[in-house]
Amino acid sequence: MDADLIDKLMRLAALRLEAQERELLKDNLQKIVHLIDTMQSADTDAVEPLDHPLDGVQPLRPDRVSEVVDRNRFQETAPEVRDGLYLVPRVVE
Amino acid sequence: MTVGRFATIEDIRAALKSKTTSAVELARERLDRIAASDLNSFVTVCEEDALAAAGEADKRIACQGQTGLVGVPIAHKDVFCTAGVRTTCASRMLSEFVPPYDATVVTKLRDSGAIMLGKTNMDEFAMGSSNENSYFGPVSNPWDATRVPGGSSGGSAAAVAAGLVPAATATDTGGSIRQPAALCGISGLKPTYGRVSRYGMVAFASSLDQGGPMARSAEDLRLLLQHMEGHDPLDSTSADVGPTPHETDGTGLRIGIPREYFAATVDDAAAILERLGHGRLEISLPHTAYATAAYYVVASAEASTNLSRYDGVRFGHRAESPVDLDDLYARSRSEGFGAEVKRRILTGTYALSIGYYDAYYRKAQRLRRLVRQDFLDAFETVDLILAPSTPSTAFEKGALVAPDETKDPTVMYAQDVYTVPASLAGLPALSIPCGIVDGLPVGMQIIAPHFGEDRLLSLAESFQRETDWHQRTPAVHGTNARASDTSGGRYSMEGRRGSAGSGGGAQRMQSAGPAMGRS
Repeated sequence: MDADLIDKLMRLAALRLEAQERELLKDNLQKIVHLIDTMQSADTDAVEPLDHPLDGVQPLRPDRVSEVVDRNRFQETAPEVRDGLYLVPRVVE
Repeated sequence: MTVGRFATIEDIRAALKSKTTSAVELARERLDRIAASDLNSFVTVCEEDALAAAGEADKRIACQGQTGLVGVPIAHKDVFCTAGVRTTCASRMLSEFVPPYDATVVTKLRDSGAIMLGKTNMDEFAMGSSNENSYFGPVSNPWDATRVPGGSSGGSAAAVAAGLVPAATATDTGGSIRQPAALCGISGLKPTYGRVSRYGMVAFASSLDQGGPMARSAEDLRLLLQHMEGHDPLDSTSADVGPTPHETDGTGLRIGIPREYFAATVDDAAAILERLGHGRLEISLPHTAYATAAYYVVASAEASTNLSRYDGVRFGHRAESPVDLDDLYARSRSEGFGAEVKRRILTGTYALSIGYYDAYYRKAQRLRRLVRQDFLDAFETVDLILAPSTPSTAFEKGALVAPDETKDPTVMYAQDVYTVPASLAGLPALSIPCGIVDGLPVGMQIIAPHFGEDRLLSLAESFQRETDWHQRTPAVHGTNARASDTSGGRYSMEGRRGSAGSGGGAQRMQSAGPAMGRS
């Protein structure tokens, strides 16, 4: 768990941490990785991964409109909207 | 006239039926208790709405009599979306979030006539085992305010244990119903994965999350489950099975005791079950040792995916004056999430990233199948499995979490050692009180095959007919609550255990519960 890997993980997770918080996090993550590394001693070569505890599959439904999206109602919870649009910092100059 | 502070739902229904109290009177009284409580078990209290709903309930009772949960005050864990009522998940990220819709569980319980008094505190995004990870501060255990109530459903557990509400909703991803139920001396049920709809339940780890009830008895859990369960087309993982039947009489069952689960034993509780006519068999769940590691990989991986939706754009916390889009995302998330949530997101990101995906995520899923297979094999020879709920009684606040985040997080993760295996397997499991050690409640866990809630509840109901551990209550602000551990249970083990009541050590037992050392 070196500084480059921490940087990469924070970039992938869209997180930004102060230097001190980063050091603590590195230490914590090392301990967590130590815990999860205990899995490696198990022989699982012939075992299929289990995605769903009941082996459930994604059910399909008819391709029909079942609800109407009420944009105004849902945008009431947005931090910044204008004219029905979510506002973000300018991405194209 | 009022009903007792620690009344069960059945007591309350009887009082409403006989008109010895009204729904408004009950709601008023419970709201006053919540206001006077210093446990910090509630994030939001809905006084006005609750009293209005109670007024409607009284009209309904006047016309049709008391049915279902009409007039029964409850609380919802603040992970369930409530239309028009703030739903925070105990996170700064959602501290101002008012959902535009209700969770299915909330709709169902409202339709059954239950009165929501408020939303309970929890570990942020349900990640934690002590309720110390809340943006709104820690919750105190009603049995000893210096100790934690467990987590993540610590607010719900503390509120029920303190008699603020007779029941509350909760969620369990790796033990978040069973562990706090055990530490607070109440009954809590994690149903089979898919039994209760996840629609409107803020997602943590979608292949593990399951909503369920907390209450003062197994009988109340059954009643609540009836009003929470059912197939929901709005949740694609909702199981299309019928309602939980009520047909098992809870006698003559074969109870498995897994040898891997016990540093100490559950001899005392098992002895009671034997006396009730149940058989006792030793079983083996050989992959138990890998369950905690596999759980923390699967849960963190799913959390890192689920929590990617919090971007400061559509809802939730948004950083001030972002300079560009990356800055908006990164600062909104870094300011909005607490330390434990960040750790889980980064653990999950690590486990899912190129080069680690097979070694961690797929490996954990393979182990998940082995853990599940252990249970399926065991259920070939036993009907139910008896286990401890937790490795210790309620621990001191600050013992495992430090404000400066310098404590080893994996020590807290080890609190889930007895609960994560059933979570990985998607099995129904409950925790009920089975003893008192040094003035603190102890819980025992019962695990059933998939959709075996009826059998599970039947055994718990029969245990509670024969013992009174579930009726023990903490001393709360000089009320008429009974002293907790002085009278001994109906099945007091004093005299039977050589060391009972004699040593003053962590193993001293005055109870029918498993001997458990404090960690």
